[in-house]
Amino acid sequence: MPNHQINPNQWIDLYSDYLYNYTITRVSDREIAQDLVQDTFFAGLKSMKNFKGEASERTWLISILKRKIIDHYRKINSNKGKAEVRISYNDDSETEGDWLEERVADPFDKTAEDTMQNSELGDAIHNCLGKLPEKQAYVFKMKTIQGFETEVICNELNITASNLWVIIHRARTAMADCLKENWF
Amino acid sequence: MSKIKIFIPCDDANHVCDKTQYKEASLWEMIKLNIHLIYCRACRKYTNNNTKLTKAIKESNVECLDKKSKESMKLDFEKALKELTD
Repeated sequence: MPNHQINPNQWIDLYSDYLYNYTITRVSDREIAQDLVQDTFFAGLKSMKNFKGEASERTWLISILKRKIIDHYRKINSNKGKAEVRISYNDDSETEGDWLEERVADPFDKTAEDTMQNSELGDAIHNCLGKLPEKQAYVFKMKTIQGFETEVICNELNITASNLWVIIHRARTAMADCLKENWF
Repeated sequence: MSKIKIFIPCDDANHVCDKTQYKEASLWEMIKLNIHLIYCRACRKYTNNNTKLTKAIKESNVECLDKKSKESMKLDFEKALKELTD
């Protein structure tokens, strides 16, 4: 049942943040992440006719992005000629890691589990953001994630401060409702 | 100030609570909010959820593309779209 339509004009508005966040937890470099997202959009554009409409646009784009991320890692591996994994527990430089204390796991360090949970939480947040009305999501992102001053946002969107707070309030209520089930 | 208001309605309390999340509320506003929270259960719940939301977002380190890079992305994209349709 091909009930999903494809509409590339809105891709960047709708999905770029989501894809970007997805990428950045996996490549941890802003510029590379941005390039990969850009590549994904181009690739999506090229293979638009292969879109069968079985999945939503976003799922489809994510599956392209996943390929792109894998390709990226393949490329940097072959670039440096280190396709094999090397682990050295004690590198020979004399400066660091000679003391036993320095090699013991740091309990305050982020464990793999923590980072995994964080990236999942990020996905969940973007999911919920996607459900908000466009304007609310936009204001909420600018205010909460990018941390702009109230005045700056007001000037850019031509709204009053109290108007902005109303939008923020609605967005926060919706976000809290959305995240409540799994994350609070 | 002729008359000092200590009790504020729920609307105002929620507004102050939202501001607190961005550290924009004044001390007096926060005092009034906390007095309100003593007796208002609904607002207590809202404040609770709101704080959790702020914390969750901080913890998750979500990032967004800034406007400029989005704009340049859009330009490139539109170019590609045009090429394709031509």
